[in-house]
Amino acid sequence: MGTVTTEEMMLNMGPQHPSTHGVLRLIVTLDGETIKKVDPVIGYLHRGTEKLAEDLNYTQIIPYTDRMDYLAAMLGNYNVVHCVETALGLEIPERAEYIRIITMELQRIASHLVWWGTFLMDIGATTPFLVAFRDRETILNFFNELSGARLTYNYMRVGGVKWDVPPGWVERVGEFVQYMKKELSNYHQLVSGNEIFLKRVIGVGTYTKEQAINYGLTGVMLRCTGVKWDLRRDEPYSIYDRFEFDVPTATEADCHSRYRLRLEEIVQSLRIVEQAVAQFPKDGDFMAKVPRVIRPPAGECYTRIESSKGELGTYIYSEGKDKPYRLKFRRPSFVNLSILPELLQGENMANTVAILGSIDIVLGEVDA
Amino acid sequence: MSQFLAQPLGWGTGLIFAGSAVALLAVVLGFVTYAIYFERKVVGWVQFRHGPTRTGPLGLLQTVADVLKLLLKEDIIPALADKPLFVLAPLIAFVPSFAVLATLPFTESIHFADLGIGLLYYIAVSGITTLGSLCGAWAANNKYSIIGGMRAAAQMISYEIPLIMSLVGVILMTGSLNLIDIVNKQAEMGMWFFIPQILGFGIFIIASLAELSRTPFDIVEAESELVAGHMTEYSGFRYAFFMLAEYVYVFGMASITTLVFLGGWLPPFEFLGFIPGIVWFILKFCFMVFFYMWLRATFPRMRADQLMQLGWKVLLPLSLVNIFVTALLKEFF
Amino acid sequence: MSTPEEKATAAAKAKEEAMRKLKERKAAAAGGTKPSASEPPAATVPEAQAEKPFSEMTPEEKAAAKAKAIAEAKAKAAAKKSGAEVPAASEPPAATVPEAQAEKPISEMTPEEKAAAKAKAIAEAKAKAAAKKSGAEVPAASEPPAATVPEAQAEKPFSEMTPEEKAAAKAKAIAEAKAKAAAKKSGAEVPAAASEPPAATVPEAQAEKPISEMTPEEKAAAKAKAIAEAKAKAAAKKSGEAAPAPAAEKPISEMTPEEKAAAKAAAVAAAKAKAAAKAKGGADTAEPAGDDDKAKAIAAAKAKAAAVAAAKAKAAAAGAAKATGGAGAGATDAAPSTPSPKQPVLDLIVKTITEKVGADAIEESYIRANSKDMPTIVVKREKWLDVATLLKNDPELDFNYVSNLLGIDYKTHMESVTYLHSLTKRHSLSVRVKTPDREDTKVPSIANLWRTADWHERESYDLLGIVYEGHPDPRRILLTDDWVGHPLRKDYVQFDEEV
Repeated sequence: MGTVTTEEMMLNMGPQHPSTHGVLRLIVTLDGETIKKVDPVIGYLHRGTEKLAEDLNYTQIIPYTDRMDYLAAMLGNYNVVHCVETALGLEIPERAEYIRIITMELQRIASHLVWWGTFLMDIGATTPFLVAFRDRETILNFFNELSGARLTYNYMRVGGVKWDVPPGWVERVGEFVQYMKKELSNYHQLVSGNEIFLKRVIGVGTYTKEQAINYGLTGVMLRCTGVKWDLRRDEPYSIYDRFEFDVPTATEADCHSRYRLRLEEIVQSLRIVEQAVAQFPKDGDFMAKVPRVIRPPAGECYTRIESSKGELGTYIYSEGKDKPYRLKFRRPSFVNLSILPELLQGENMANTVAILGSIDIVLGEVDA
Repeated sequence: MSQFLAQPLGWGTGLIFAGSAVALLAVVLGFVTYAIYFERKVVGWVQFRHGPTRTGPLGLLQTVADVLKLLLKEDIIPALADKPLFVLAPLIAFVPSFAVLATLPFTESIHFADLGIGLLYYIAVSGITTLGSLCGAWAANNKYSIIGGMRAAAQMISYEIPLIMSLVGVILMTGSLNLIDIVNKQAEMGMWFFIPQILGFGIFIIASLAELSRTPFDIVEAESELVAGHMTEYSGFRYAFFMLAEYVYVFGMASITTLVFLGGWLPPFEFLGFIPGIVWFILKFCFMVFFYMWLRATFPRMRADQLMQLGWKVLLPLSLVNIFVTALLKEFF
Repeated sequence: MSTPEEKATAAAKAKEEAMRKLKERKAAAAGGTKPSASEPPAATVPEAQAEKPFSEMTPEEKAAAKAKAIAEAKAKAAAKKSGAEVPAASEPPAATVPEAQAEKPISEMTPEEKAAAKAKAIAEAKAKAAAKKSGAEVPAASEPPAATVPEAQAEKPFSEMTPEEKAAAKAKAIAEAKAKAAAKKSGAEVPAAASEPPAATVPEAQAEKPISEMTPEEKAAAKAKAIAEAKAKAAAKKSGEAAPAPAAEKPISEMTPEEKAAAKAAAVAAAKAKAAAKAKGGADTAEPAGDDDKAKAIAAAKAKAAAVAAAKAKAAAAGAAKATGGAGAGATDAAPSTPSPKQPVLDLIVKTITEKVGADAIEESYIRANSKDMPTIVVKREKWLDVATLLKNDPELDFNYVSNLLGIDYKTHMESVTYLHSLTKRHSLSVRVKTPDREDTKVPSIANLWRTADWHERESYDLLGIVYEGHPDPRRILLTDDWVGHPLRKDYVQFDEEV
């Protein structure tokens, strides 16, 4: 008998996979059950948005942003219009700002609900997925009334929003907020104390604060390490500075802390929506006076907002024309995903799905 | 009934024996069909939805439609698969599941084989199914299948031990492995075994879930984790065989739980004795099946290594403690 | 909440509360000496009146509440932009005082308030002048808060305030202009002309009012400021820094003729200065992009400059911080350009880089006014890695976070733009690295310093063909490995044209 050799096995979590949240390919090199190396292959959903944008005027780009992070379309919309508005120095009317705040925060809640449901489905519990989607339906119905679509709204425009809120809409949103606050205790009761769940997420997928900053992680991925950084608080845009909300942080930086933080963020978003509904102006314009052809002055402009996944930014280099010369989106899923090889090295194979789920990526945003 | 079945084998009696076996088969298949339907309904209701409602009245023909679909599918055998083993694996998985039903007494009179070692026979024969999974995994010639099959085998083997150990307490108290004796002992004691053997009951429930590969121990089949398990390469009726084996084991395991811990065909209170025993058996059995489905709707899945740790480091020592305590109590009281 | 009237009042009340809390928060952050007790009582007065069966109270109350809310928001925004870290203790409280008093049925308070505000503004101006002369870093925060005073008062719909306010503002502006000129003469780094924004906002704030009595003083103040700025720019240019900052804002309709004229004067002066500097041969580094930018900028300079002023007038507090280039501004800087509050950051960065890496590392540096005042520098690509290492490791700069990294294909050359941010110091920087032409597109990689840059550089390489030397894993990321060409380039030809 010669010496026993072991080989490393290369396993392909192919682009089509129920747990990779889209078309993501992970080429995993395994030694037994331990992961030696992970090479994520992305680009399966690359649609050339940035190249297309060079032939589109600024209003025409907005539907493309819906489809990048399709679970947070309002935030994507706002991202690009905010950049153009900053470049133009536009002042947005109050009512439009309030509408935007309400829709963005509702969208954040909807995005986190999807994350909660799918994360738990990956862990093996199938019921939370349906519970979360049931509440998300209410939010999508609100957006449907507002913009005519449930997922890709194309609702925001440079200078405001496209349509005003229907009568009674704001009151119903307020009722939903009260309902959702109570409902969240059910969510916790269903899952959060479950021993099996806790054993699967506590201590899994940890990294340090320095690593997080170095890898450019933002959003919950950064706040779970203890860095209290939220662009709504630290570089306020729109009228976020008028609202009172906390920025929850954690210190353990494991899947469980990210889980807790996202649920906490839903609570904070509900607070913001509640305040916005209370302060909602009775009347006002929902769109500023903008010229028919939007031409930002020549030069570059970079703005960033806090999306549900992290820091979402738009860079526009304009030559003073109605189409951008160069448009680039800084996508949080793209950046957050880059830490995956680091996180999975030396990790048990079975934790892959939990860790990948806790990063909360949307492939449309990773590939743009 | 056992006297009837103990008659010498002739053409007539042989036919009747075969007929009664087929009758049992029909009952079990009927159970499987509607257990699958009921599971989908229960999980749906827990999740605020209806479950199947379209195929047939109230969706009752859903499983029939599914089985029909599976039967009509193309039989694909991968080119590089080990063909004899590939064909044999579902059979090895399925046959023991029926074989164990022979020793289950549904009432005092309705049973097939009254083995002196009924309980042991059940546990021993049901272990053969693990071989079937392993064969299937190997024969498929697929990395995913092998990993999944290894995990399935490891899981099933690890949980056999606590399963048996938790039953040893009952056996000690009864003094026999015969299932009818166990139920009679419960009648004699006036209480069902889950009360004095509460620890054993708990361990048995957990171990039986792992044996059945049901949530929270369904790493084997719900491998959206990484692999699709040892059944990756099976399609059509071969796949149906594995699934059928699982549901027949649900039947068997629920029956064993009912017989050993929940009093079999005994009524909970004496004054309800006018209701026939079979009704009580069916009620308790249905409760156990419902319990399995309820857990499936509610719990997440355990990780493979945590599952193994639970089996070896928690359940096994506890079951040994249970045996020890039972022995002490039996000795001194 | 049944009637729409009740709802509206409730909404206005809620917003009031929010604004008040916001103001408190901002004040607390800026100095903490604000007597918070003054606010709630003042605020509750209109709120208490809101409870009454709505009759005569509602219209005035609503108007007052709204005005207050707007004032508070703007004041807060201005204060934030000035850099909340700088403790400008005396200002926010003073600023909030007029706001609080704005809520009351406005009558007797105003004279004392006006007097107090004026005295404060004058004292501030004097202190600042003294500080500048001594060459200390100008505490930028003292000015914007003073600016908020006139702005806050500008919101009020009353006239009597204006004369004293005008006078105070003008005095301040003149004092600051003098101080600035003196400081420049001494050759010190031009202080982050924090005096400019407030001076600018004064005429802007006053421009919002039905422009009647104001105009003469406003014109004078604006002119003085514009001339001062033009001089400052010229001086800075002489020191060799050129920065084409085409920062301008959208042409908006209202522009006072005086502002336009002032803007034009400034633009012309700046252009002349730039030409002079170029003639001296100190603008070799600014040639490639400078020409493009300059041409573009000059072409649109006048309109933009006027637009800048008008835009600032419209967006009072927000516009206060927008600068079209402080010291070392380029040709496109508009005349009523107020140096940005971010200028100190830019100066610090430029200074540190110049000291530690070399004066030739930076080609240009400027502030992008219409991109939230992003300090921008253009770095020579040979020095980029050294500069990046310095930016990361220097304890005062501490840029620990890469926000964005992208490539751009200008038709004559390529550029790699990096946006850095410091989570600890809360400042940002944009760095542009140019390649000489489109064939030689090598840029040093910073992926080993910040792991964020890893994937971003791969994407930039993939789509644009900018080769990052020293990158640990230079592969394509979004496209397949066997793709030919770089699609985001301007000359990319699709394989399948009819698609």
